[in-house]
Amino acid sequence: MGEWRATNAYMEDPEISSISHVTMSPSRHNHVPVYSLPLFRSSYSVMSAFCTEDNVPQSISYLNQELAVLGLSMCIEASSSEGASLKAVPVLNAMHELLQIHKRNMCALEEMEKEQLKKLSTLEHIQISNSRLKDQLELSMREKSGLHETERQLQLKIKTLQSCLKTEKEEVQKLQSIIASRASQYSHDAKRKEREAAKLKERLSRLLIDRKEKKLAIDVLNSLGRSDGKRSMWKTAKLSASHESEMYKALLGDYETSRKALILENAELKKVLQQMKKEMMHILAPRQQSTSGAAADDSQEQVESDEEKAGNASREALDHSCELAREQLLNSIRQQWRKLRNHVEKLDQASQVQNQMESNKETIPLETHEDEMERMRQEVQQCREFIHAQQQLLQQQLNTSFDDETAALLNDCYTLEEKERLKEEWKLFEEQKKNFEKERKNFTEAAIRLGREKMAFEEDRVAWLKNHFLNITPFTNRRRYSSSDGQSALSVRSEPEVRMSSAKAKRSKSPTYTTFSTPKPSRSSPMPSTTELYRTLCLLSDSSCSKHSNRGRWLETSTVEDGHPQIKSNLQAPTDEMSIFTFGEDHNLT
Amino acid sequence: MNFSEVFKQSNHLCKVSPDGKYLATCVQYRLVVRDLSTLQILQLYTCLDQVSHMEWSSDSLFILCAMYKRGLVQVWSLEQPDWHCKIDEGSIGLVSSRWSPDGRHILNTTEFHLRITVWSLCTKAVSYIKYPKACQKGIDFSRDGCYMALAERRDCKDYVSIFVCDDWHLLRHFETETQDLAGLEWSPNGCVLAVWDSCLEYKVLLYSLDGRLLSTYSAYEWSLGVKSVSWSPSSQFLAIGSYDEKVRILNHITWKKIVQFEHPATIDNTKAIVYKEVERRPAMVSDELSLHNITMSPTLLSTQSKYEICPLPVHIPVVKPEPDRANPKIGVSVLAFSSDSRYLATKNDNMATAIWVWDLQKMSLAAVLEHTSAVRCIMWDPRRPRLALCTGNSKLYLWSPGGCVSVQVPAEGSFHVQSLNWHWSGDSVILLGKDQLCLCYMDTDHEEE
Repeated sequence: MGEWRATNAYMEDPEISSISHVTMSPSRHNHVPVYSLPLFRSSYSVMSAFCTEDNVPQSISYLNQELAVLGLSMCIEASSSEGASLKAVPVLNAMHELLQIHKRNMCALEEMEKEQLKKLSTLEHIQISNSRLKDQLELSMREKSGLHETERQLQLKIKTLQSCLKTEKEEVQKLQSIIASRASQYSHDAKRKEREAAKLKERLSRLLIDRKEKKLAIDVLNSLGRSDGKRSMWKTAKLSASHESEMYKALLGDYETSRKALILENAELKKVLQQMKKEMMHILAPRQQSTSGAAADDSQEQVESDEEKAGNASREALDHSCELAREQLLNSIRQQWRKLRNHVEKLDQASQVQNQMESNKETIPLETHEDEMERMRQEVQQCREFIHAQQQLLQQQLNTSFDDETAALLNDCYTLEEKERLKEEWKLFEEQKKNFEKERKNFTEAAIRLGREKMAFEEDRVAWLKNHFLNITPFTNRRRYSSSDGQSALSVRSEPEVRMSSAKAKRSKSPTYTTFSTPKPSRSSPMPSTTELYRTLCLLSDSSCSKHSNRGRWLETSTVEDGHPQIKSNLQAPTDEMSIFTFGEDHNLT
Repeated sequence: MNFSEVFKQSNHLCKVSPDGKYLATCVQYRLVVRDLSTLQILQLYTCLDQVSHMEWSSDSLFILCAMYKRGLVQVWSLEQPDWHCKIDEGSIGLVSSRWSPDGRHILNTTEFHLRITVWSLCTKAVSYIKYPKACQKGIDFSRDGCYMALAERRDCKDYVSIFVCDDWHLLRHFETETQDLAGLEWSPNGCVLAVWDSCLEYKVLLYSLDGRLLSTYSAYEWSLGVKSVSWSPSSQFLAIGSYDEKVRILNHITWKKIVQFEHPATIDNTKAIVYKEVERRPAMVSDELSLHNITMSPTLLSTQSKYEICPLPVHIPVVKPEPDRANPKIGVSVLAFSSDSRYLATKNDNMATAIWVWDLQKMSLAAVLEHTSAVRCIMWDPRRPRLALCTGNSKLYLWSPGGCVSVQVPAEGSFHVQSLNWHWSGDSVILLGKDQLCLCYMDTDHEEE
C-alpha cells in the first residue's frame, strides 16, 4: 500500500513542476529568452495567445493585478500610451521579485519533497515493523494457546494423579490397619501359643516328675568336698542376709573403685585446668599491659582476675571441692578464655588480611609476568618467522640468480657487519686507552704531590733542626717543655683526622678528591683557630655518622662530602705546618 | 613359629584346662587328656556314647562330658582316674550341660527348656530352676563366679533371676522391660548386667547387681536391632553390634554412646591400614601329576597367600542379603575386645571376608583385614594385642599393631582351620580342623624382641 502511494506521489511531482513552469513562462520568456526559449518553445507556441500586440495594456493590467495579489506593489507601466514597450525598471524589479519568490518556492518545495521522502521511508519502516509485530503477536498468541492446552492437560493429569494418590493413601491406610490388626493378632496368638506351651511344659514336667524315673539319678563314686574346703551351710535367714550384705559389699566396692577413679580423673582435670589458666594468664598479661593504656576496662578486669586468682589459690589450698571456689575458677577461666579467643580471632583476621594482601601482591605480578612472557614468546616466534622467511628469500635469490653482483652484495653485507664489529671493538679499545691515560695522569699527579710533600717535609725538618738547635742553647728550658707539650697535643688531635682522611681516600677515589687533596694552598691560606678546628671535627664526625646511619640521606651527605676535602686539606695543612704553628705559639709565650 | 603334629578330635571338642597344663580332646566316645608341654597322653577315659559337649571344671580337676542324645553326663577326675560320676537326665532330655563356677555343681538344661537341673557333686543334691528362657544367651555367670544371671519367661513376660552360686540362693528376681529378651551378660567386674532385646527391637538395658535399672539405650526404632553385645575387659565399654552395620560403644559412667563405628563398603579413612590377602597360585602342573602330589605334599599344591597393604580407597566386596529370609546375613555379628581393651575387632556379616580392627584410644579405625574367603573365627591373644583368625583354609592369620601375617599350617593331608583357641599364656594357639587339631607355638623370644 505504502509503496504504491509513494510512487503515485512521485508520478504527480513532475506534472506540478511543469505547471508551475508553465505559469511562470511569460515573464521568463521576456527576460531570459536564451535560457527559457529552447526549453519551453513548445509551450510558448501553444500558449502564445496571452499577450499580443493588441492586448498589451490588458495584459499589463492583468499582470499588475496578479502582482498585487502576490503582494508586490510594483506595477508595470507602459512607456507609451500605445503600450508597445514597457518601462524597464519596474518590470525588472517585478521580475526579480518574482524570481526570488520562485526560488524560495522551489527551495521550500525541495525541502518538502525531502521531508516527504523521509516521512515515506519512516512510514515504510513503521509499516514493516508493524507487520513484524503483528507476526510476533500471532506467534505468541499461538504459543499461548498451546501453553493453555498443555496446562489443561497437566491439570487433568494432576487431577488423575491426585485421585490416584488418594486411592493409594487409602490403600496404605488400609494396609496399615491390616498390619496393625495382624500384628495385634500375631502377638495375641503368640501369647496364646506361649501360654499353651508353658502349660504343656508344666504338664510335661509334672508328668515326668510324677513318673519317678529311676534313671533320673546321679551316680557318684564318692561325693566330693567343696572347692573352697568349707562345709555347706544350712539355708537360713542369716545366710540370706549375709548374701545380701555380700552383694551390697560388692556393689559398694565397685562404686568405691569407680569413685576413686573419678576422683583421680577429676584431680587430673583440675590440674590441667589450673595449668591452662596459668598459661592463659601468662599469655594474656603482656598483651594487656601493652593495651592497658588504650582500654581501661581491660586492665580493671586484669586486676580483678588477678585478685580472683589469688583468692582461688588460697581457697583451693583449703578445700579442693569447694563449690564457690570452683565456680569462681570456672568463671575466671571462662573470662580468660574469651579474651584469648578474641585475641586469637583478631590475630586470625589480621593474618587473613595479610595473606590476602600477600596473595594479591603475588598474583598480580604473576599474571603480568605471564602476559609479558606470552608477549615475548610471540615476539620471538615472529622474529623467528621473519628470519626464516629472509633466509628462504636469500636462498631463492642465490639459487635463481647467482651472479657476481649479488655475491658481491652479499659479501659486502658480511664485510659491513664485520666492519661494524671492528668499529665497536675499536671504540672499546679507545675507551680503554683513555682510561689508561687518565690513570697515568693520576699517577704522575700523585708523584708530583709526593715530591711536594717530600719538599715540605724537608723544609719541616730544617725548621725542626733549627728549632732544636735553638733549644740546645742553655736559656729557655721552659720554652722547650711548652713547645713539646703543644706539639704532642696537636699531634694527638690531628691523628684521627689523618686516619679519617686516609679512610676517605680509600672509600672514594673520585678524581675531584685527588685534585682537592693536594695540599698546595695551605701556606698562603690563613691559619685556622682551635675553635674552628673543633667545630670542623664535630661536623666531620656528625656527617660521617649520618652517612652510616641512614642511606636515605646519602645524596645530601655526598654533596657535603664534596666540600670535606677542602676542610681536610685545610686541616692537613696544620699537620704539615705544625711545627711552625707551635713555634709561633712559643714565640707568643715568650 | 612352630607347629605340632596333628591329632584327631571330633565335634571340635578340644579344650585346654584352666590352669593351662592339660589338653583334653574327645575322639568319638573317648576322652584323651594330654600334658600340654610334652603332648604325652596322661589319661584316657571311655564314655558311654559319642561326646557332644566337654568342659573342664574351674579347678582343672574334673572334666565333664555330655552326651545330649542319651541325656547323659559323665564326669572324670584327673587326680583319681578311678573316680567316676554319671548323671542321667532320663526321658526329660538334655540340651545343654555346664559346670558351675565352683566346679562342684553341674547345670543341665532339659529339652524344651523345661527346667535347669543343678546337680551337686558334693552332696548329690539336686535342685531345679523352672522357666528358663530359650534364647541366644539366657544364662551367664559373673567373672568371679559368685553370681549367676538367668533369663526366665513367665506369663509372656521376661524376668531375670540372680542366684548366688555358692548355695543357689535366689538373690534377686525382677521383670525386664523387654519384648522378647534375647540375651544377658555380666560386666567383667560383675556389677552390671547388660540385657538386650531380640532383633525385632533395638533395646539394651543395664541392670545393677541389686536389680535396679541403671540405663536403657535404644539407637533407633522400626528396624532390626541388636545382633551382638560385648563388654570390654576393663568394663569401661559396652560394644553393641547391630543390623544397621554399625557398632555403638557405650561408656560405663553415663551409659551413653561415645562413638559409633560404621562399616562402609568403601574405606577412605586415611588413618586405617587396609591389608588385603593376595593369593599366589603356584605354577599348575598337569592333572595327573597334581593328583600324584596330593599324597606327597599338600603344601605344594595349596595356594600361597600373603597380605598386601592396599592404597586407599578400598572397596570391600559386599554380599546382599536375601530379603525374604529370616536372620539376614547383614550387620555386626562378632565383637571382640583385645585383652588390654585397646582394640576391638568386628565382623560385618555382609562383608564376611573382612575383619575390622578399631583403636579405642583414638576411637578410630586402625586396620581392615580383607581375605579371599569368609572369616570363620577370630580370637584375641589373652596377653597381648594380637588377633588370630582363620577362614577355613590351611592358613592361620595373625594381626598385631605392628603388622599382619598369614602362616601356612604345615600339616600333612588337608588341614583346614575351622576354629582356633588361644592358650591363656598367649604362647600357643590350638587350631581345630574338621576332625583334627594342631598346636601352633608362637615364637615368644622373638616376640619379646
